[in-house]
Amino acid sequence: MLFQRFITGLLLTSSLLVTSIPAAQADDEKLVHLYSARKEALIKPVLDQFTEQTGIKVKLITSKADALLKRLQTEGRNSPADVLLTTDAGRLHRAREAGVLQPIESEVLNSAVPANYRDADGYWYGLSLRARPIVYAKDRVKPEQLSTYEALAQKDMKGRVCIRSSNNIYNQSLVASMISSRGEVATEAWATDFVNNFARPPRGGDRDQIKAVAAGQCDVAVVNTYYLGVMLSGGKTSERAAGEKVAVFWPNQNDRGTHVNVSGAGVTAHARHRDNAIKLIEFLTTSQVQSWYARVNHEYPVVDGVESSELLNSWGEFKADTINLTELGRLNADALRLMDRAGWR
Amino acid sequence: MLDGVNAANNGAMFVAPISSIRRWCNPFSRQWPLWDPWRLGVMLVAIVFALPVLTVLSFILYGDTQVMSHLAETVLLNYISNTVWLVLGVSYGTLSIGIVCAWLVSVCEFPGRRWFQWMLLLPMAMPAYIIAYTYTGMLDFAGPVQTSLREWSGWGYGDYWFPEIRSLWGAMAMLSLVLYPYVYLLARAAFMQQSGAALEASRILGAGPWRSFFKVALPMARPAIIAGLSLALMETLADFGTVQYFGVDTFTTGIFRTWYGLGDSAAAAQLSAMLLVMVFALVVIERYSRRRVRYHHHSLQRARQPRYQLNRRQAGLAVVACLLPLLFGFLLPFVQLLMWALETAAEMVDEAYLQLVFNSLLLASMAAMLALFLALFMAYGQRLRPVLVVQFAVRVASMGYAIPGTVIAVGVMIPLALLDQSLDSWLRVNWGISSGLLFSGTLVALMFAYIVRFLAVSIGTVEAALTKIRPSMDDAARSLGYRPWQVLRNVHMPIMRGSLLTAVLMVFVDVLKELPATLILRPFDFNTLAVRAYELASDERLADASTAAVAIVLVGIVPVLLLSRSISRSGKN
Repeated sequence: MLFQRFITGLLLTSSLLVTSIPAAQADDEKLVHLYSARKEALIKPVLDQFTEQTGIKVKLITSKADALLKRLQTEGRNSPADVLLTTDAGRLHRAREAGVLQPIESEVLNSAVPANYRDADGYWYGLSLRARPIVYAKDRVKPEQLSTYEALAQKDMKGRVCIRSSNNIYNQSLVASMISSRGEVATEAWATDFVNNFARPPRGGDRDQIKAVAAGQCDVAVVNTYYLGVMLSGGKTSERAAGEKVAVFWPNQNDRGTHVNVSGAGVTAHARHRDNAIKLIEFLTTSQVQSWYARVNHEYPVVDGVESSELLNSWGEFKADTINLTELGRLNADALRLMDRAGWR
Repeated sequence: MLDGVNAANNGAMFVAPISSIRRWCNPFSRQWPLWDPWRLGVMLVAIVFALPVLTVLSFILYGDTQVMSHLAETVLLNYISNTVWLVLGVSYGTLSIGIVCAWLVSVCEFPGRRWFQWMLLLPMAMPAYIIAYTYTGMLDFAGPVQTSLREWSGWGYGDYWFPEIRSLWGAMAMLSLVLYPYVYLLARAAFMQQSGAALEASRILGAGPWRSFFKVALPMARPAIIAGLSLALMETLADFGTVQYFGVDTFTTGIFRTWYGLGDSAAAAQLSAMLLVMVFALVVIERYSRRRVRYHHHSLQRARQPRYQLNRRQAGLAVVACLLPLLFGFLLPFVQLLMWALETAAEMVDEAYLQLVFNSLLLASMAAMLALFLALFMAYGQRLRPVLVVQFAVRVASMGYAIPGTVIAVGVMIPLALLDQSLDSWLRVNWGISSGLLFSGTLVALMFAYIVRFLAVSIGTVEAALTKIRPSMDDAARSLGYRPWQVLRNVHMPIMRGSLLTAVLMVFVDVLKELPATLILRPFDFNTLAVRAYELASDERLADASTAAVAIVLVGIVPVLLLSRSISRSGKN
């Protein structure tokens, strides 16, 4: 009779569920719906501040950017989303191409966000910069031995490079930026040599690459800086120790600059709370939020003149690649194919 | 012995009951009219739940061949070989662990046997991606094990060899460790159900214990074992989290990458179709191996055999054999998770966390019940109308099990959104109101996806249980005046009680662990334990993820324990 008891229990919980499905929500003025590729822990605190200051409630779904984009597409004009927030420019470009964003006019945003970090027509705006420099083992590599991403493909780096898989969008964007500046043929030749220099087949995330450098499995790695930032400021001593064994090198300072990507947002094509959506994006570019990104997630502010953090300052100033980020989205599929051909797993 | 609790004790997971085939071939069988409600109903349900898979497959029609030929030139061979190796490796792992342990606990007597009997099921509660993250944290080059090894020995990188956990081998090991319980569960039930007479006869005729095992017991249990294996392999083919994290490119990661990275849904659908072909091959193999299934269930009485008393040395070996999978599949990773959880619990456990537990429980129990009712309907419909088209429909409704959750999610989204949009337009035109997203933005979409993905599990279990009920029971009940649905409710369901419980529990645990579809389809402000664990773990915050992971395991243990309890009860009957 265990079974019957079990069934009864399940039926009870089921009826709870029915009551918990929200009725179709009325268009409340004080509301904005956000589809976020940024994970809950890294966006919720800012949203709470927004609600506190404006009285506008934020409804949130976090997921992978591709899934959110697909969801926006299939939901069409009925989509509840007002804002799409992603953690790379390529996806924003793809969202624009897919017709799920709408252009907005905002003086605040146009003056706050530099032109190469936003869409020319106002479809999306960058919110924070994510730089992808080289990190190296302090005890085995001298910074003079490093110069550019291109140089990582030279013979002296054989078996010394760690980088994550080509499945990762940051690598896809990096290669797209190289295609844009050097052309496809040169980039493919570079990628082939680069892959030959790998210390191990790509696996794990950026933190794993940093740990591998610290542990001596490889000498240099290409990673986003905020992963190093989280390791250095996090609670785990083993991670901090690993982080302290590496240093940041800004490549390509004498030509196009270090590769950067943005996290950014745009207003959806069928947004029902368009004004609130714009308010939210504008709020994300206020200096208060910008410096929060710098302090908490160790990303560089997209707005000039905002106080960043001590840690970011300790890595020094750098020249960022000024490529218009729309290019990254345009060249993404080409980059992926190129990496397939080069054998970059 | 019809009261055998457990689906477990039969292997008929994806296979039509023999009795129905017999009836179908019978020239004297009645014919049903075209509009027969049972047949139409089963077909309708099948079509509805096959819709997502068919939607994805239909993309094939839109594609050009350019992307596919690029894939064929570069990465496709790698996908195929990795997938095949993974399947072979997991087969080897799950079979050897599952069969050995099942045999030991069901036929032999050694200290701790009663405990092992249920504890060996525990790894089932551990999601594959979680065990993968945990072992990586422990065994990676920069992890505590290797670091202390280096400190202790003074070695540096390259001075010593250490198995690389994030590799094809690692993926095989991880998946084997959490999937062997499927084989164990079914094999154990089969061993316990075997008529002891056959084994006794073989011993009397002079065969030693090993020979009896290989020549008599193993072949008799084969259908059940293969059924368990096919469940394990379908889970393997659908796995995304583990192989992605380990950098092993399989079909699943390939589909994802092709779809999103290359932006080509047609090529992704073609890859999915290839995956389906592999699944189909598995189903055919399984079906083929079960073609003589009815030989196994005709002994009406089962003498309770005394267990073999192992001597001291043998018992020691048996304990080790049972302890190893338990240790590596559950205890070790769980203790590590607990240690992490203790570090971070103060920060991570709050009201929102309890909400997560509640959401997970809610989804899992809802989906499990729904799947059970649908499975009862489908399986019973198949029993009432054993015609080819109905059997085909039941197979079609079971297709989703091997399809990665990501693909299912997209397949669910598209038809539901279409439905929403047409309903919305119709309402706007005729009534001037808008319904918005009634289905695709709500838990309905999520439920739908779960059922598509896991209906196979409950259908298989219910079907297996129904097969063991003799058709004469139906005939007797009908001749005494019961309507068909009354036969199901008053005769079959009480008999199958144990199996129904099994069906509910297996889907419950599966949904609890499910990640990709939940991640894509869930409504606003709605998170589950799996989503939370994944978000933090994929951000390489393993320690923070551990509280959610521990909760998944703990919640998952409850049904696993119920499951093993029901099985040991059936053993005592």
